[in-house]
Amino acid sequence: MSYFGDIYKGIKTLLSGMSVTGKVFLNNKNNAITQQYPDNRETLKMFDRFRGEVVMPHNENNEHRCTGCQKCEIACPNGTIEIIWDRQVDPETGKKKKMIDQHIYHLGMCTMCGLCIEACPTDAILWAQNYENSVFDRTSLTKVLNQPGSKIMPGVED
Amino acid sequence: MKIALNITKTIQDLLLGFMPEGTASILAMVIIALIYLAIFSVAGLMLVLVERKVAAWFQLRIGPNRVGPWGLLQTMADALKLVSKELTGTVKADMFLYNLAPYFVIVSSLMALAVFPFTQEFQAFDINIGIFFLIAISSIGVIGILLGGYASNNKFALIGAMRSGVQTISYELSVGLSLLTMILITGSLQLSEIVEVQKNGWLIVQGHIPAVIAFMIYMIAGTAETNRAPFDMVEAESELGAGFHTEYSGMKFAYFFLAEFINMFIIAAVAATVFFGGWLSPFGITDSIPWLGVFWFLGKTFALVFLMMWFRWTFPRLRVDQLLTLEWKYLLPLNLLNIVLMALIVWLGLTIQL
Amino acid sequence: MDTNSANSNLKSEDYFINMGPQHPATHGVLRLLLTIDGEIIKKVEPDLGYIHRSIEKMCERDSYQQIVHLTDRMDYLSSHINNEAVCLTVENALELEVPERVKVIRTIIGELTRIASHCLWWGVMGMDVGALTTYFYGFRDREMINDIFEETCGARLTMNYNIPGGLMFDIHPNFVKRTKDFVAHFKTKIPEYDKLLTNNVIFQKRMKGVGILSKEDAISFGASGPVARGSGYSCDVRKYHSYSALDKVTFNEALKSDGDSLARYEVRIQEMWESLSIIEQLIDNIPEGEHKIATNAVIKLPKGEFYQKVETARGELGVFIHSTGTKNPYRLKFRSPGFSNLSLLNHIAVGGKIGDLVASMATLDLVIPDIDR
Repeated sequence: MSYFGDIYKGIKTLLSGMSVTGKVFLNNKNNAITQQYPDNRETLKMFDRFRGEVVMPHNENNEHRCTGCQKCEIACPNGTIEIIWDRQVDPETGKKKKMIDQHIYHLGMCTMCGLCIEACPTDAILWAQNYENSVFDRTSLTKVLNQPGSKIMPGVED
Repeated sequence: MKIALNITKTIQDLLLGFMPEGTASILAMVIIALIYLAIFSVAGLMLVLVERKVAAWFQLRIGPNRVGPWGLLQTMADALKLVSKELTGTVKADMFLYNLAPYFVIVSSLMALAVFPFTQEFQAFDINIGIFFLIAISSIGVIGILLGGYASNNKFALIGAMRSGVQTISYELSVGLSLLTMILITGSLQLSEIVEVQKNGWLIVQGHIPAVIAFMIYMIAGTAETNRAPFDMVEAESELGAGFHTEYSGMKFAYFFLAEFINMFIIAAVAATVFFGGWLSPFGITDSIPWLGVFWFLGKTFALVFLMMWFRWTFPRLRVDQLLTLEWKYLLPLNLLNIVLMALIVWLGLTIQL
Repeated sequence: MDTNSANSNLKSEDYFINMGPQHPATHGVLRLLLTIDGEIIKKVEPDLGYIHRSIEKMCERDSYQQIVHLTDRMDYLSSHINNEAVCLTVENALELEVPERVKVIRTIIGELTRIASHCLWWGVMGMDVGALTTYFYGFRDREMINDIFEETCGARLTMNYNIPGGLMFDIHPNFVKRTKDFVAHFKTKIPEYDKLLTNNVIFQKRMKGVGILSKEDAISFGASGPVARGSGYSCDVRKYHSYSALDKVTFNEALKSDGDSLARYEVRIQEMWESLSIIEQLIDNIPEGEHKIATNAVIKLPKGEFYQKVETARGELGVFIHSTGTKNPYRLKFRSPGFSNLSLLNHIAVGGKIGDLVASMATLDLVIPDIDR
């Protein structure tokens, strides 16, 4: 009789499987886990720790916190960060001081490991939460993080 | 308003007004064939859309929703894309057979549509061996699959074609025998007459236990006939890539694809006609309005199509040897027993007549 | 040719099939050269190297902090555990004792990673045997874990949350709540997995008695993880070489003795339950404290050879560092679980059907970048 028993058991397991998908089907309006991505740009918010790209925040006086210590450049595994710096006379103290000319960030080479931001002693660079980083031209992935004409914030030391 | 449901006769009468009889009947057939072709290629596309939507709802997704309102024109757009695509193929393919294969598949499935009674008298071709015709026609489709797999000079396609041959030959038996079980009650192969008989209760009620068994066997074998999951050995995309149609592209691929969906419709329509009373309304609630039969027929068919989609999106695929085990060790013996049971029931007059 | 003896001269050739590197069932760029006789497999030859990135060589160039992020890209489904392996090796070499808080968080996230990996495996397993819907159900639950990771680590897949000496930053305030929500949610979902796939008669028939690997073979092929435990070889690194906070929790090692595909499948389902129980034991009492201890900006390991193994979702991952006392390793070798597990594919697939090969390969749970590195 195990022949018919097998058939019975087989059909039972098939039906119980169908009940799982059937429940999902009936509740399909609330269940959908997919997002309609480009349409939900307004409501789509990344988590505040999301690693989108490295940015250097500036305050309203066009000042940043980067001292040009190059720790991020050393920490980066891929050579993503290049800092072009110079020794300039600090107008306040009158001493020569290391100042950045350009903080270059190659987004195309970045693996979002976060080591540069860990390494930064002055919190000059941070993660931005933007997520649409694709561009048509590879060269535009190379970014200069400090704004033109920006200065170091007074009082920021290594 | 009186809607002329007997379309063959209506068109023929119309044509007879201005041409001799022979020409008129041939022309009438051509016109009806064209109408069917147009309706069912669109219906096939809609079925593809339904399948995609249903699949999405089973799978926690939204499904097509971009082209047209609620994505209703999605498959139309897909069809347009497929028409405009380049036809590629392998270099050493047997070009004649390779090109012939899709037509075998699509023609055989379109031919089968001719015999369905959509409602009283609304039937293109009321042949007196209807069921037999259906079974015979649906066997031709496999030749197309075999040819396609063999001729496209691809190893995956060849394995797919071999599997297809094995599968269809086996499951033809079960489809035929389970329908034969029901023929024992009706005593006729003519589809219109099979529906007539069911005015005393649908056959699944009339034949009770053996009819339910026959229906289950028919649905299993029918799913296998259409090469759909869980019997999609022929395509088995995790094993064979795309199976027999690996090397087809563009419109030739679309033929295979469309044929799969029309076949699904046919299998469901046969089940609706033979087991669930075709265009008859439940308890005769709409008998006074004959054209509503189309609604009932399509409603029953789509319910069964949905069942087949439910199978597809729930079950894992069988292995090729288990496929044959299921047929030869389970379905076929049960089917033969079932026929004897049904014969006894009919002989002893134990059928339920409402 | 002599026509009289034509029959005896009939030559039969092997039928070769190239499965991959672009094939839906190989989960990446693995190429299998199959020799088949009709449907029956006569030989399987894996051909590797399509995604080789010489990670081990790159590690010799990088500092010890930088090595960690490369291991994300090996077995990307258990990236956190890979990170942990490197960090543990470096910490052991430096004889650093990381705070309790770090250990507990590492363990919780490691177990979450294991569940996430098994969720994905379960979905793909179903897809390989033809049940397409499982894929989405597996991803539904994996997505919740990914959200937990994204909130805490900032990334969903290549997390790089561990650093030698602790964690890059502390857990997010929502972490505990989200994890508890997930545990509660997932406890209702595993029975659903069983109903949908495990108990299904077709699935049982496909898996039972297929791809049998004996315990002796599992040991001699160097199998590890669920593959070996499915053959009754008790080899859970978490049990025998406990690391992080795993010595504080009680859990059972999922073990089956049948050695067939179904046993490997059931071991993984069982592991999900065990991981849930580990998370439950730890989540309520994460000790307070620092999330890292300060290390030198330039880590120099003492001269010598250091080895540490951990249990990833796939099996035993070993990290071997040969240091000459500089800031880079002289040689770094990863003992990846996937490579050994793949080596036994030929052994378990020969004699089966093509469908069996796909099903057995799915139970090996291969991640190709882990194999090629």
